[in-house]
Amino acid sequence: MTGTVAAIGAGLAVIGAGIGIGQIGGKAMEAIARQPEAVGDIRTNMIIAAALVEGAALFAIVVALIA
Amino acid sequence: MKRFVTFLAFVAVLAAIPYTAFAEEKEKPNYNDMVIHHIGNANEFHLWGDTHMPLPCMLYAKDGGGWSVFMSNKFHHGANIVDGYVLDHGVVRRLKFGEGGAPAELMEGEHHLDPVPHGDHHDIDAKEEKHDDHSDHDDHGEEKHDTEHAEEGDHGEAHYVVYETVVDEETKKEKEIGYVYYHGKKYEIENASVLLPGKITSFYDLSLSKNVFSMLISLVLLFFVFTRVAGAYKKRQGQAPKGMQSFFEPIIIFIRDEVAKPAIGPKYEKFMPFILALFFFILFNNLIGLIPFFPGSANVTGNVGATLALALFTFIITQINGTKDYWGHIFWMPGVPLAIKPVLALIEFIGLFTKPFTLLIRLFANITGGHIIILSLVGLIWVMGNYGASTGGTIGGFVIALPFIFAMNFLELFVAFLQAFIFALLSALYIGQAVEEHHHDEHHEAAHAH
Repeated sequence: MTGTVAAIGAGLAVIGAGIGIGQIGGKAMEAIARQPEAVGDIRTNMIIAAALVEGAALFAIVVALIA
Repeated sequence: MKRFVTFLAFVAVLAAIPYTAFAEEKEKPNYNDMVIHHIGNANEFHLWGDTHMPLPCMLYAKDGGGWSVFMSNKFHHGANIVDGYVLDHGVVRRLKFGEGGAPAELMEGEHHLDPVPHGDHHDIDAKEEKHDDHSDHDDHGEEKHDTEHAEEGDHGEAHYVVYETVVDEETKKEKEIGYVYYHGKKYEIENASVLLPGKITSFYDLSLSKNVFSMLISLVLLFFVFTRVAGAYKKRQGQAPKGMQSFFEPIIIFIRDEVAKPAIGPKYEKFMPFILALFFFILFNNLIGLIPFFPGSANVTGNVGATLALALFTFIITQINGTKDYWGHIFWMPGVPLAIKPVLALIEFIGLFTKPFTLLIRLFANITGGHIIILSLVGLIWVMGNYGASTGGTIGGFVIALPFIFAMNFLELFVAFLQAFIFALLSALYIGQAVEEHHHDEHHEAAHAH
């Protein structure tokens, strides 16, 4: 039973992270289209932001794994 | 076209390797356990079939047993007790000693274990033995086990540890307890040694395990590569790079120009060795972990202990290089109303620890997750082929799983680079926050103007 609940929790966490990383990626694409010369800076900042969002999701996944 | 076919054949051979690695298992295995076993650490290194490379075990028992140092082939893959230790799925565990546990003579020297009798999983003997209130039943049970033991010995593939799910009366949580048989009696074994609160065992496993062995290989590789590259820079000063040097130069320059310089700022040179060491150590271990056979396959960067150590380095280096400004912004930040300062200070203080914590969890979860996905896809072949019973299903599963395994391996190759880069980049950012000066330019400019 706890395993099922944990699986649902992990799924919810992944939905949140998916929306977050999708937003970051989409906005980064728009930014690159608008200003192609800034692609290097945009990519670095995109990866940092995606890593931070992912960090929050990973907390949830670790909690789900432990439960 | 011909090239493409050769390429496909090569991929098929590569994908078949993990398949044959499992072929030794004759009984219907629990695939979940197998995946967990493959991503975990072990005290022996699986080479092929039934061949394992023994690794040195260094074990310390806190309850007076002291040090035990020996090679893990003394266990005979779990068939022997050595100094009270048993090997379960390649991992060292210890007999429960003391009240209701194993007798003292089992806790030293080598003893041969009895294989687990058939159909033991639903055996209620264990509980009876634990409560010690049905001694007559116990005796009967023992005789039964002994006869079955003799029978089992004839057709190989014996296993020595049996698990039972017990519900804890206090916490109402299910937990699995392992048991071994010795002379017809059942003895409880402790969990593997881990450094988790509430799970501390009576022994410390400080062995040179599979992960440590793999890490040593990567260290030898790193040492070899970077002494060569550094030597080439000394010898060929002012000339164009050559050979290995020209392969690593763009990566090193990328780390310097894209990671260290923008993240740390003008003082980046002091931290370059650390950032480069982090990046290449993680990268090499990630890549070695992706090789599906010896000497790869160990899950070093997917081990919480390894990533914890790496994150601890970042944490300590960040804190000892912290400037007055850095600490000021944590405990008594300027420009914030007095009433909010203590609350923010608390949050900032917790933030000190969550930063390296996310660092360690991110690397661990990404690499372990990747390994689990690849192993699960390989397991698809098993499940569809009904664990070798149906050849058609196996072939079908192989055809379905192969492109996915192939694609996942490429994705993991990318993740190996990405995670090494992110770990290095975030470490550099945290260090950059700590060494940054002149936070409030207007303020300082005003001060300098005087």
